[in-house]
Amino acid sequence: MRVQVLYFSWVREKVGLPKETIDTEAKTVADLILELCLKDERYKLAFSSLDVIRVALDQELADLSSPMEAVKEVAFFPPMTGG
Amino acid sequence: MKIVVQLEAFNPGEQLDNFRDQLKSSGALVSFSGMVRDIPGGLAKIKIEHYPGMTEKAINKICNEACLRWELEDIMVIHRFGNLKKGELIMMIATAANHRTNAFEAAEFLMDYLKSRAPFWKKEIGFEKANWVSSKDADEKALNRWKTP
Repeated sequence: MRVQVLYFSWVREKVGLPKETIDTEAKTVADLILELCLKDERYKLAFSSLDVIRVALDQELADLSSPMEAVKEVAFFPPMTGG
Repeated sequence: MKIVVQLEAFNPGEQLDNFRDQLKSSGALVSFSGMVRDIPGGLAKIKIEHYPGMTEKAINKICNEACLRWELEDIMVIHRFGNLKKGELIMMIATAANHRTNAFEAAEFLMDYLKSRAPFWKKEIGFEKANWVSSKDADEKALNRWKTP
């Protein structure tokens, strides 16, 4: 399936791009991260500590174990600092 | 309910007056503003990044939750993104209710959730170095007090 992947804050800086379209067979978010890390060193750097990675699936906060089924947009970012 | 995510600066007095003018029955109005603070070594500017689309949805969800928990007449949230200088207003919220306890508590709830559940990220660009602001354990702990058993 084809998903749009977005990156924000230092995750974007480490990956080196704000978004990309990816063809993936990943069943969960964790699977997708693994796929990305195998693709290029930049992703390994961005995803080196998963405890500071947050994810949103179709603009709703999700977990690394969340299923990717029917998801169109995935976003990775660090803990939010609004307000 | 008014939720605005914008690049431009806003006038907090004007915003609060407009918000108050729309109220029909409230006896209490609480507002809070967050502004850009200085850092050791001096701050050149902060850059606020957000997730267009999700930001509005996330704030809307937080406001709806506040309306379920407290009797409120209205809520306003304004949050800026882009480049801001020291002392500029980043955001403001206002809550209007029949009684002040509801307005105060809902305002605190909104701030606690906007801090760590609305997709904004701040980068402090100092004269010496630039850093993404990291979240604090206290931010996450602050949410615990609103969790219903």
